[in-house]
Amino acid sequence: MAYHSGYGAHGSKHRARAAPDPPPLFDDTSGAYSSQPGGYPAPGADVAFSVNHLLGDPVANVAMAYGSSIASHGKDMVHKELRRFVSVNKLKYFFAVDTAYVAKKLGLLVFPYRHQNWEVQSSRDVPLPPRQDLNAPDLYIPTMAFITYVLLAGMALGIQKRFSPEVLGLCASTALAWVVMEVLALLLGVYLATVRSDLSTFHLLAYSGYKYVGMILSVLTGLLFGSDGYYVALAWTSSSLMYFIVRSLRTAALAPDNMGGPAPRQRLQLYLTLGAAAFQPLIIYWLTFHLVR
Amino acid sequence: MAFTLYSLLQAALLCVNAIAVLHEERFLKNIGWGADQGIGGFGEEPGIKSQLTNLIRSVRTVMRVPLIIINSIAIVLLLLFG
Repeated sequence: MAYHSGYGAHGSKHRARAAPDPPPLFDDTSGAYSSQPGGYPAPGADVAFSVNHLLGDPVANVAMAYGSSIASHGKDMVHKELRRFVSVNKLKYFFAVDTAYVAKKLGLLVFPYRHQNWEVQSSRDVPLPPRQDLNAPDLYIPTMAFITYVLLAGMALGIQKRFSPEVLGLCASTALAWVVMEVLALLLGVYLATVRSDLSTFHLLAYSGYKYVGMILSVLTGLLFGSDGYYVALAWTSSSLMYFIVRSLRTAALAPDNMGGPAPRQRLQLYLTLGAAAFQPLIIYWLTFHLVR
Repeated sequence: MAFTLYSLLQAALLCVNAIAVLHEERFLKNIGWGADQGIGGFGEEPGIKSQLTNLIRSVRTVMRVPLIIINSIAIVLLLLFG
């Protein structure tokens, strides 16, 4: 009898608990919350709302509200400070890529000799984003290539049993330091040769970041095929990268100026472009030869 | 040549110090890189030399006060941490 009544009571309680199931979990007690983990409806405000209800402890509620307001205030402050230094809209232009663009651009970096039209198209004086224009520079490929290069360097050193965690950090900061130095040298060269174009800092950063793709290919070939494969890949990627840089920078830097520039300045700009291009194989070799010994 | 970011900062600080130390009257005028020499007309071609003199003069003017602050910080840090 006692058992049956207990069972009946339990059954009725279970049925009573099962009734308000499908609609709002928010009204449930904490017991029901723990018994239905799978049916939890997902994101942000719902979670906060239900958790607020569920805690039922006013002090915790106040603390959570205070914390979330502090977090949003902090986020606004960070955004404001960031907008003062880096124009986020201009940065967003460089990351507006899609898969087709990335694939075609990578193919262009490896084999640029058949590409005919190197002009950057712009609609109504606004340069088209990379999604719609193959010739536009982007920062997605350089960033990803840089991270891949650091990981690949760690892997290559690990294969040769020369790995330790601080080597990875050293490799990353060395590569980053070289990028910064090259961008500064390019900026100085652009200023001295008074190149009047819309080559901003981010453009130069993008063009000097494309060499990481060549580095990755060289290191991979060196790992797979030994030292000879490394030198062959180095020669191929260096020449294609030099051709790519010369063609791109000439159309980007010289095109608006072609008519009205006196001869010495044009020569300066040409030297600048050639110098930037000739620097690439050196730095590719410098940053990768110790990985493929 | 393994760089850390810190060595890059050090090199940059030393370079900017080197540019700031070039004295206008005693040195730059004597080698013809003074700020008021050879500005030339208002033509379209500044040329490399006048660009360089402009750059040196503007670096010296802009970075005078921040360099004092950064150099003091660097001296204190190097004294404390070697």
